[in-house]
Amino acid sequence: MTTMRTTTGQQAGVAGTAVALDALATRVRPDFPILERQVNGKPLVYLDSAATSQKPVGVLDAMHDYYTRHNANVHRGVHTLAEEATHLFEEARGKVARFVGASERATVFTKNATEAINLVAWAWGLRNLRPGDEILVSEMEHHANLVPWQLVAKLTGARLAAIPVTDAYTLDLDALDGLLTGRTRLVAVSAMSNVLGTVNPLPEVAAKAHAAGALVLADASQAVPHVGVTLGGLGADFLAFTGHKMLGPMGVGVLAAREELLDGMEPFLGGGEMIRDVSIQSSTWNDIPWRFEAGTPNVAEAVGLGAAVDYLSALGMDAVRAHEHAVTGYALDRLAEVEGLRVLGPPATEQRGGAVSFVLGDVHPHDVAQVLDADGIAVRAGHHCAKPLMTRFGLAATTRASFYVYSTSGEVDALVGSLDKVRRLFA
Amino acid sequence: MSLEDLYQEIILDHYRKPRHPGQLDDGHVEVRHYNPVCGDELTLGLRLDGDRVAAVAVEGKGCSISQAAASVMSELVLDRTVPQALETAEAFRRLMHGEGEADEEVLGDGIAFAGVARYPVRVKCALLGWMAFKDAAARALAGQSGGETVHGGSD
Repeated sequence: MTTMRTTTGQQAGVAGTAVALDALATRVRPDFPILERQVNGKPLVYLDSAATSQKPVGVLDAMHDYYTRHNANVHRGVHTLAEEATHLFEEARGKVARFVGASERATVFTKNATEAINLVAWAWGLRNLRPGDEILVSEMEHHANLVPWQLVAKLTGARLAAIPVTDAYTLDLDALDGLLTGRTRLVAVSAMSNVLGTVNPLPEVAAKAHAAGALVLADASQAVPHVGVTLGGLGADFLAFTGHKMLGPMGVGVLAAREELLDGMEPFLGGGEMIRDVSIQSSTWNDIPWRFEAGTPNVAEAVGLGAAVDYLSALGMDAVRAHEHAVTGYALDRLAEVEGLRVLGPPATEQRGGAVSFVLGDVHPHDVAQVLDADGIAVRAGHHCAKPLMTRFGLAATTRASFYVYSTSGEVDALVGSLDKVRRLFA
Repeated sequence: MSLEDLYQEIILDHYRKPRHPGQLDDGHVEVRHYNPVCGDELTLGLRLDGDRVAAVAVEGKGCSISQAAASVMSELVLDRTVPQALETAEAFRRLMHGEGEADEEVLGDGIAFAGVARYPVRVKCALLGWMAFKDAAARALAGQSGGETVHGGSD
């Protein structure tokens, strides 16, 4: 494809590919006030959406509106404000549940995805795992989908094993067959890697797990925002994800589950809201989902997440996925031009999401990120809460650029330009 | 805050050409210091002659700030007494935290790291080598031969 560089340094295909590529981002960027910011005298180039996404005005307005006009504690009051707050809270739950194809009864609000996974570990794992039972995770898991299982395995005497990652950055499905035994009770696996961008074949993994009699927990923290997944579509029994990576605020996460499964579970945290009747010696539990929502919830945040779901639904997840596919593909092409740069993760954009981790020669990721920051470019450097994955590939850290609905090809060009600076500085 | 404030030529020079690389065959003490938060690590070998630093060697992996600062440290402590070297360590620590006036006489090439004080996340990188030296010196004076220290997020 013939390309030409415009005076602003932006590559544009003869057919106006850049315009098409950036169509969605160009449309949405005005909704994100923070993208107007300057950093170190340069326009902000935010390439850290895998760490947290920026928020559209609609989400911010919904939360502000909640606090300025509808704020009251939920579920307990007879008064009008309490009714309004409760309605907004439960309405948000409905939106989130429908977004991932789960029932409202089995859609629990938590603080974040980490807490959602801990909920399963403590409320299901602690009570159902026996000595010698097995939990299968993978080498590419975020610490949130690893550490809770370590804690619970230690307490219950269960064994922890990990599905290896191949040199092609995918789950080793052959090894999985060997790892599934009659004692495997749970397979906990990422739907999309926050480091490699790998999209894991959850339906296939789930089918194998279920055939072996194991339950499946999918960490969908990257998948829900970027690809759009459903509980049933993945074949998962538990689905954990978080609001702040999908245009929602920090402080709200979700556990969606199969209803019968959740219904049979004992509580996670105890306190108000999750009880029915309480005496000094004992209590009875509320119905699901409230049984798993102890104390006053983050109502404004839940409302904000509902607004984020509205925003993404209006864009259409097909369009979101297509845009990400295009920008990531463009990024991979341009990054291939940078001498000494090696991308970790599947090359084909069909098999990967918008998280692009790389190493640049011998330059330490901190130094890469520092130089990029001077140019207003935000990337993440480190182990990305996936130390076993770093170890698997013999690395202490990588630099990661991650794209989302507001990312443009111009931002990719800026990244590449800055990476050339890094190379020259540390050559 | 410009990049030149942080990545001065002196720093890049020490990063590319560490002054006392490798290991000591005849060292008294060898310590390994590691910051798992960012992956910076270094192994420091030390030999004392009385209370004078007779030999020092640093082998490490990590970001340019950590490795360059360790090289500068090795240059500043060699042939000094331990008390003198610890004074320099303290001067460098003050420089990292933006405290007081920087004395170029005491700090030598260390003065190039003045800009690091404006990047709090990188201060730990710059101090790693000095922490290793203080540890090694203390152990050498106490007659110990070595140890391994893993630094945490709250250091």
